[in-house]
Amino acid sequence: MSKKSSIKIRAKLKNGVTTVKALVRHPMETGLRKDKKTGKVIPAKFIQNLSCEVNGKKVINGQIGVAVSKNPYFSFKFEGANSGDELKLAWTDNTGKSDTTTSKIK
Amino acid sequence: MNRRVFLQRSLASGAVALAASSGLLVPGTVLASWNKAAFDAKDMASALKGAVGSDSVEESADIKIKAPDIAENGAVVPVTVSTTIKDVKTISIFSEKNGTPLVAQFDFDSSSQPFISTRIKMGKTSNVVAVVNAGGKNYQAKKEVKVTIGGCGG
Amino acid sequence: MSISRREFIKLMGLAGAAGMLPGSAFAAKRKPIDMYEIPKFGNVCLMHMTDCHAQLNPIYFREPSMNLGVGGAYGKAPHLVGEKLLKHFAIPSNSLASHAFSYLDFDQAASQYGKVGGFAHLTSLVKRLRSERGAGQSLLLDGGDTWQGSGTSYWTRGMDMVGACNLLGVDVMTGHWEYTYKDHEVIHNVQKFKGDFVAQNVGINEDAMFDYRFADFDGYDEDSGRAFKPYVIKKMNDVRVAVIGQAFPYTPIANPQRFIPDWTFGIQDENMQAVVDDLKANEKPDLIVVISHNGMDVDLKMASRVSGIDVIFGGHTHDGMPAPTTVKNAGGKTLVTNAGSNGKFLGVMDLDVRGGKLVDYRYNLVPVFSNLLPADKEMQSYIDKVRAPYLDQLNEKLATAEETLYRRGNFNGTFDQLICDALTEVNDAQISLSPGFRWGTTVLNGQDITMDNVMDQTCITYPETYRREMSGADIKLILEDVSDNLFNPDPYYQQGGDMVRVGGLDYVCEPNKTFGKRISSMTLNDGTKIQDDKKYVVSGWATVSSKAPGRPIWDVVADYLRAKDTVKITKLNTPKLIGVKGNPGLA
Repeated sequence: MSKKSSIKIRAKLKNGVTTVKALVRHPMETGLRKDKKTGKVIPAKFIQNLSCEVNGKKVINGQIGVAVSKNPYFSFKFEGANSGDELKLAWTDNTGKSDTTTSKIK
Repeated sequence: MNRRVFLQRSLASGAVALAASSGLLVPGTVLASWNKAAFDAKDMASALKGAVGSDSVEESADIKIKAPDIAENGAVVPVTVSTTIKDVKTISIFSEKNGTPLVAQFDFDSSSQPFISTRIKMGKTSNVVAVVNAGGKNYQAKKEVKVTIGGCGG
Repeated sequence: MSISRREFIKLMGLAGAAGMLPGSAFAAKRKPIDMYEIPKFGNVCLMHMTDCHAQLNPIYFREPSMNLGVGGAYGKAPHLVGEKLLKHFAIPSNSLASHAFSYLDFDQAASQYGKVGGFAHLTSLVKRLRSERGAGQSLLLDGGDTWQGSGTSYWTRGMDMVGACNLLGVDVMTGHWEYTYKDHEVIHNVQKFKGDFVAQNVGINEDAMFDYRFADFDGYDEDSGRAFKPYVIKKMNDVRVAVIGQAFPYTPIANPQRFIPDWTFGIQDENMQAVVDDLKANEKPDLIVVISHNGMDVDLKMASRVSGIDVIFGGHTHDGMPAPTTVKNAGGKTLVTNAGSNGKFLGVMDLDVRGGKLVDYRYNLVPVFSNLLPADKEMQSYIDKVRAPYLDQLNEKLATAEETLYRRGNFNGTFDQLICDALTEVNDAQISLSPGFRWGTTVLNGQDITMDNVMDQTCITYPETYRREMSGADIKLILEDVSDNLFNPDPYYQQGGDMVRVGGLDYVCEPNKTFGKRISSMTLNDGTKIQDDKKYVVSGWATVSSKAPGRPIWDVVADYLRAKDTVKITKLNTPKLIGVKGNPGLA
């Protein structure tokens, strides 16, 4: 089953530094909001962990809370990679859902 | 918490088992820890203790927080933290007046630059606090972001 | 009421006008024969217009009698009014200049001296200056708020003004209300504009980063994320001038983000420094100037934080400042000007630039008196052509003014009160709210109030009105929020604009207090106290976050006026002020 990725990513190498920009489609529900129609609390559903690896080596890990905005954006930088290297970004949320994407560094 | 306890608890809820069997979980990330105590803390002091082990932090001019003076949208406030401090282990971002101040914590190693950019929710005017843990010490910087109703400009 | 040129000049002689150039050396010494003889100086002439708010024809514009400065801004330009303003800038009283720069004796002076502005008259002045300075020696900069503010600009989506500015020969512009058209219209208009549209502080946001709709637009730069060119270098004979653009930093907060969902703004003064440093390292221009829509207080602060800018030509706050303010910074100093609004003034800065440095300058903020300048035929014919299809609508006489109707000032002007009264009466509300914009032309006592005048005071792309219940606490929150935009002692936390205007409501305001503590003693007109938890019917317009359900504000105001013969304001809902005694920003 092919699923549309929840992650859009750009990884650009310039002067030895790779800058990654990633946008994740995710509701980041705090668990504090109520459904306007039913009055019921919308359950918390938010990304808790983010990780990025390049060539199997960890670049960054993040623990994320409910105060990160809906459709979270992350950008970070690292050295030591080369053009064409494969970068893998993954997230998991509090309900156990997860997604991952790979991208080549340009 | 250790792996066995974790699996027991999540199997009880069924969530992880289901996720694991549907192939959605990426091996290696299942057991990533999430600092519940720190994220649930309702005040800065407890959130700091939970996130970086202590609420004793030193102000540092070597931490730069880029965030708007006035937020264009309180639900989506871009925050970028960078520092020239060496050997950074973690950067933690807090929004002082949020119900639970800890927003996120990122850990770095030798090849990653101590730089992180994300977007955060702010319900009202508050300081964004960035805490850098490096060399066993905690350093912080603050930046006030105004969250306004808007509308009356010029 | 217009008078002949000869009568006008005679009047000026009688009034003892020492000349309209208060800051210039010769003003006190001799009586110029020609009002618009502005002596040449130096080798570069930068002309600056700003905030004309689409006024193509001459208008009246009353300067404020209240422009309070708090904290570090207390008593400093631009927070000076009336006599204090004249004294600060050494402008003689009862003169043409005192009428141009202050509200003093406005009613009488306006009837005598006539209208100001008008693109055809401005064109004559600009053409004359250009020809006197010589080929390639002058530039015309426009600080923005050009495409919005009149009926025709609304109906043509700003293109009437783009055409007028092309004809006038505007070289470089930046924007604010330009961004209240839809983003694709902004791009379209910028492409049709023959000059350069620059803005170093407008970028695309993170969501747009991955799929930007205007990726082909030549102002877009993917690496920096800028949506528009940050600067342009103009070659003026031997001198290279870099003009950096600074759009209004809080556009998506003060105006609807939904029209421009992909763009993000902010003061971005660190980026400004980076642009200046990059220019100095690479392009090495002889002069670096900023065409800014920050507003004067923000410009003054930015000038103290950024090194390397020679001049900031400022707008947004509509402050007609006869002379620049010099601001010291780590790199030396920066001149900060502000050139008023509505076509009333043209800033003329003549600079002596030698060896890559600004050596000396002369600045004049020249009032454009329509009776003293010929109307350029080509421009006038363009203006008439633009207005022709709408003339019947614009010329509809709605009522007659029985007093001067104006807006400008920290709190309700008389025209604001008219709008507020129209909302409470036509929409059957107890309280009304109207934004503290600074634009809007003035109608003199005895004049007809036409649809054109109403449009000039209300014309925005989100004109819909609302009528809904709000609690006393909600109303207080709005008043507190807006008063902080005006009275926060840190200019970077101000949003510009004046206080929200109110109808049916009186209150007390203490500008020097902190956020949340400035507003008290709210009462309805009859003295009934406003209670936190009680609900009130409130009507307003110009909602930023979403489209309001009601009719456009100009229809509500027109209906109100049509039912009346004359308009005289019986009650002005301006607040009682505490803690401002002696403030030079108070008449």
